[in-house]
Amino acid sequence: MHALTIRLQDEMFALEATHVREILDPVPITRVPNAGSFVGGLINVRGSVVPLADLRVSFGMDRPPQDADTRIVVMEISLDGEPMVAGILADKVYDVTDIEAASIEDAPKVGMRWPAEYVRGIGRRDDDFVIIPDMQQIFGARTNLAAENG
Amino acid sequence: MSELDPADVFRQEANELIETLEQALLDLEKRPDDRELVGLAFRALHTLKGSGAMFGFTAVSEFIHEFETAFDRVRKGEAAADRRLIAAALEARDHVAHLIEDPDCDPKRGEAILAALKVAVSGEAAPAATSAPNAPAAGIDATSQAQPAGAGWHVRFRLPADALTLGTNPLLLLDELRGLGPCEVVALAGEVPTLDRIEPQQCYLAWDVTLRADVAKDAVDDVFLFVRDDMELSIEPLAADAADVPGAPAALPAMAESPKPAAPAPAAEPQTAQRPAAKAAAGGTERGAGAKVERNATLRVPAERLDELMDRVGELVIAQARLSQLAETIHDASLINVAEEIERLTASLRDTTMGTRMVPIGSLFGRFRRLVHDLSEDLGKPISFVTEGEDTELDKTVIEQLADPLVHLIRNSVDHGLENPDRRAEAGKPATGTLRLSASHRGAEVAIAVSDDGAGLNAERIRRRAEEAGLLAAGQAISEGELNRMIFQPGFSTAAQVTALSGRGVGMDVVKKTIDGLRGSIDVDTLPGKGTTVTLRLPLTLAIIDGLLVRVGDDRYTIPLAAVEECLELPTGVDKDARGRSFLNLRGELVPFLKLRGLFQTEGEPDPYQKVVVVSSDSMRVGLVVDQIIGNNQTVIKQLSRLHSGLKTFSGATILGDGTVALILDVMHLVGFGQKLEERRRAETLGRAA
Repeated sequence: MHALTIRLQDEMFALEATHVREILDPVPITRVPNAGSFVGGLINVRGSVVPLADLRVSFGMDRPPQDADTRIVVMEISLDGEPMVAGILADKVYDVTDIEAASIEDAPKVGMRWPAEYVRGIGRRDDDFVIIPDMQQIFGARTNLAAENG
Repeated sequence: MSELDPADVFRQEANELIETLEQALLDLEKRPDDRELVGLAFRALHTLKGSGAMFGFTAVSEFIHEFETAFDRVRKGEAAADRRLIAAALEARDHVAHLIEDPDCDPKRGEAILAALKVAVSGEAAPAATSAPNAPAAGIDATSQAQPAGAGWHVRFRLPADALTLGTNPLLLLDELRGLGPCEVVALAGEVPTLDRIEPQQCYLAWDVTLRADVAKDAVDDVFLFVRDDMELSIEPLAADAADVPGAPAALPAMAESPKPAAPAPAAEPQTAQRPAAKAAAGGTERGAGAKVERNATLRVPAERLDELMDRVGELVIAQARLSQLAETIHDASLINVAEEIERLTASLRDTTMGTRMVPIGSLFGRFRRLVHDLSEDLGKPISFVTEGEDTELDKTVIEQLADPLVHLIRNSVDHGLENPDRRAEAGKPATGTLRLSASHRGAEVAIAVSDDGAGLNAERIRRRAEEAGLLAAGQAISEGELNRMIFQPGFSTAAQVTALSGRGVGMDVVKKTIDGLRGSIDVDTLPGKGTTVTLRLPLTLAIIDGLLVRVGDDRYTIPLAAVEECLELPTGVDKDARGRSFLNLRGELVPFLKLRGLFQTEGEPDPYQKVVVVSSDSMRVGLVVDQIIGNNQTVIKQLSRLHSGLKTFSGATILGDGTVALILDVMHLVGFGQKLEERRRAETLGRAA
């Protein structure tokens, strides 16, 4: 898997590189009231309004304020079979790397700090673990929630 | 307007289909084994048949049915698409076009063409083969070759624009032509400009005269003797087919009734009027070419190109906002001048572009006349169908989406709402029921109402059905409006029996889904025994609106300017209402207000002097309390992603001059949200008290 590796809090995550459109320096974020903290913001990406998602919320992490390393990864996400563009907040962006398919394991059902349904697999890079998030699950769960809150 | 005529819609569609058919047939001649082409032609035929029947072009659909039957043999591979068959099929295609323009024309020609077609597909050998080529050939002669028969003249003339000022009276010319023999006169109004450009003293009309008299060409020429200079005049012998084919004389007068006889003054005559006669009279040589040129004052453009244009204009508006802001900061007089000029140009470009997408809703209403007529026949309920506000303009895509819900609402009204004549008589109502379809602008919304003077909704029956279906707990208190809205639940029907038209409980569900999708709302008003009105309220979903930019805390929001009634400062003290309700005394009227800071959970201290923006939604006025009113801005609406589609308080977002994103408030839903919040708070206070 060709992946863009990013850091969220102190964990490394791998995003499907083919789905990444661009990486932005932090831009002004418009707060969306009552939208919840996962997609609580909107940003302007070259004239389109794009929702900004914070995966740290899905994984129950702390959310320290932005710093010099903070980036926004703009990527395409398939939601209910339809593509959409979303920004993803990253505490740091590392690089694009290959993660060998053989090294990817299924997420263990128990003993993991993260909600298992949000993890597609755990890859290995050098001696570190890389979490491969299941974007469809994460975003799918959020749309349903947003609809209920309406 | 010509758009209001459903027959016109059909003609436009039919022309395209006929073209498709022709192309397919012509290609088929080159590649007789191409199954795709056969399929294409067949589909075009089938669609033509269906829509022809729907719009009442019975002759057309009957003819096509036979055409289709014959052609079906080709589709099944029983007949080869040889030259002979293509010729016959093309002939048939011409006849279809002819039938659409003139449904009353002689059926014999159609029969001859069909016979030729049948022979062609039967694949019969020699004897038929000799006769078959003759039949289509004869048909071609009849239509395409104008033979000077001496039976009359086809005169077309246009006076120079200043003819009226110079004292020429076109009426006298027409009278003189009439003096030569019986005339059919059609005014060609294609050149009449829009009302704001019209010069009352200019002559914009041209005339198309079919003179049925055996007179010399000189006699016709002489009529125009004194006005010949500068005018356009064509005098041609009448086409043979119009005069020679038996039965045509009987058909022609009938045909001549539909176009209006000569317009006495340069009045804007409906453009449609000229078509049947002009085309028939033009005969084969021109084959309506003249009529076509005048008709194509409108242009069909793929919708996505308009969308693209709209996007570009949107980007331009944003760039222009940035320029204006820059000019303000730099404070250079000449730069400000240019910025203002560009602002003006952008605004007018925006309006023009949006105007191209706007269509009067009458084009939709017109389609329902037929529906109501047929329903009335089928159910034996005389109905008078009244439409109002046809010129209310809406985005074309919205109008297209409204067609289905309105069909369901109308069916429902006719089937369930309006009573039988007997029942109406018992109730002391006129035997003819009234069905009213109306549209109007209300602030930033368009309201479309379907109302009948029928029996009204049966609250008891709805309640019983709702309880049976588990939508409502037995004895649960519910407001009248909410109970009425139950009819829009999926599978909900109070009809005792399912009729062919309605009662399955599907239709109203469709209405709700569509209106929800358009971010609109539905209201049901009913009076037992008096009738029911269903009102659909839709936001004016324009791509760009004028907005009022406000600040709440650190966030900026845009309120659609059309919904804004006034702005004022929040008087101190009013927000400290002991009962937790907030009202504003607006010139003696109590207007509730919502604090956006509270609604949006804004952090920080509010500004010392809060402002109120009074907006109206439905008939309700509500004050929105903000920290600061920044000013007007042009707002390009960007849809929110599906991640935020659950948030009804915002209708979209926009990009401000400095590049940041601002949310656009959905006034209608915001009021609802405020009410809900208030109800919850009231319930909490009650709970605490208990």
